[in-house]
Amino acid sequence: MAEIEEYISSGILELYVYGALSETESREVTNMLREYPEVEKEVEEIEDALQKLAVGVAPYNPEALLASLKSKLTPRTPVRSITPESTRRTKWVAYIGWAASLVLLIGLFFLFQQNSALRNSLTEAETKNSIMEQQIADIREDAENTKQILAAIRDNNISRIPLQGQGVAPDAYATVYWNNEDNTAYIDAQGLPEPPRGQVYQVWSLTMQPLTPTSIGLLDDFVDDDNKIFALQNANESEAFGITLEPEGGSESPTMEQLYVLGTVAAP
Amino acid sequence: MQQDGLILELQKGNQKAFERIYQLYSESTYGIIFSIIGEKDIAEEVLQDVFMKIWDNADSYDSSKGRFFTWILNIARNASIDKIRSKSFKNKKQNLAADNFVDILESKTNFSASSDAIGLKKYIEILKPVCKKLIDLLFFKGYTQKETAEELEMPLGTVKTRNRACINKLREIVGN
Repeated sequence: MAEIEEYISSGILELYVYGALSETESREVTNMLREYPEVEKEVEEIEDALQKLAVGVAPYNPEALLASLKSKLTPRTPVRSITPESTRRTKWVAYIGWAASLVLLIGLFFLFQQNSALRNSLTEAETKNSIMEQQIADIREDAENTKQILAAIRDNNISRIPLQGQGVAPDAYATVYWNNEDNTAYIDAQGLPEPPRGQVYQVWSLTMQPLTPTSIGLLDDFVDDDNKIFALQNANESEAFGITLEPEGGSESPTMEQLYVLGTVAAP
Repeated sequence: MQQDGLILELQKGNQKAFERIYQLYSESTYGIIFSIIGEKDIAEEVLQDVFMKIWDNADSYDSSKGRFFTWILNIARNASIDKIRSKSFKNKKQNLAADNFVDILESKTNFSASSDAIGLKKYIEILKPVCKKLIDLLFFKGYTQKETAEELEMPLGTVKTRNRACINKLREIVGN
């Protein structure tokens, strides 16, 4: 036992607890400690004293610190009890954090909304704009057509030939404005009924002795043409004009049963 | 008192055991880390790292090589020294990590809420200056016996016996 006393008082056990011994020396001490309970007891007392010293060196308020540390450790190690004070603080911090992110989120959402609203109204405006441009172009074209027609009708060389309704359509009428200088015949077909589907009006130039009809053209797109004035080329020495209803594409010779209007050119 | 069963449970990955280990060792470990780093917030970070290492590396603790407390002590000292050698620490806290445990205890004046610490401070003053030095180097700084002998210019054997006397005094002070 005296040997053990001596071993204990040599100071090796303190170095063992410090971790200041080599691995071999440490293993020897461990063996001694396992063999002799008084050595183990001594080691535990040394350890206890050093631990208390270290605790004394730890900064103030270890309770609060540990609580905060434990809360940080939670993802890996669930901790049951946390002091209420620090819980409240942690919660406040969390609430403020959540509130801040919520505000940010709402702000972002708002910006996003505003942005897409602006984008939408921009697209809408662009669409409206292009529609209006189209309308303006259409109106200009119409106006241009009307001007041309007006100019054509006002021309000094024009002869106005009224065409009267015939057997199939007594109420129908039409007018031919014929310029025999530039060989253009303007057909005002305002007074003709809409042709049935699949059929088309065909305009004929007629010479009387003998009666010879010559096609000068079709009134295509009758329905879509708003002012119903059609310009056709007519280089014939016409004595009369007639309009018949023909199958789509027109016919070689007029179908006399479908003669809608007819009028003779007044002798010059 | 070292609880071998508890350590075995920790090594098996029992989180309850980890909690208990934390309760038993975290404060003293914090003291060790703080004595090396000298900055509360950073010491706290390191403490957290140390306990993560304890959890992750529990398997590598071999009781035949030494005490569990000593094992933790080594992890804590190494982590703290790594921290003060790190660039970020050097840039920010160059002037700090200078205190020894006595300075720390002495700075715990009337602000301290812990009566234990006040009592400890009072009694630590009784320790001879050489004891303060020995305990600082061997315990807090993790010097080997040889390094301590060189630092304090005393024979190797004297380090061992003097330190023994100092620890006896400390044991009286802390009351066991």
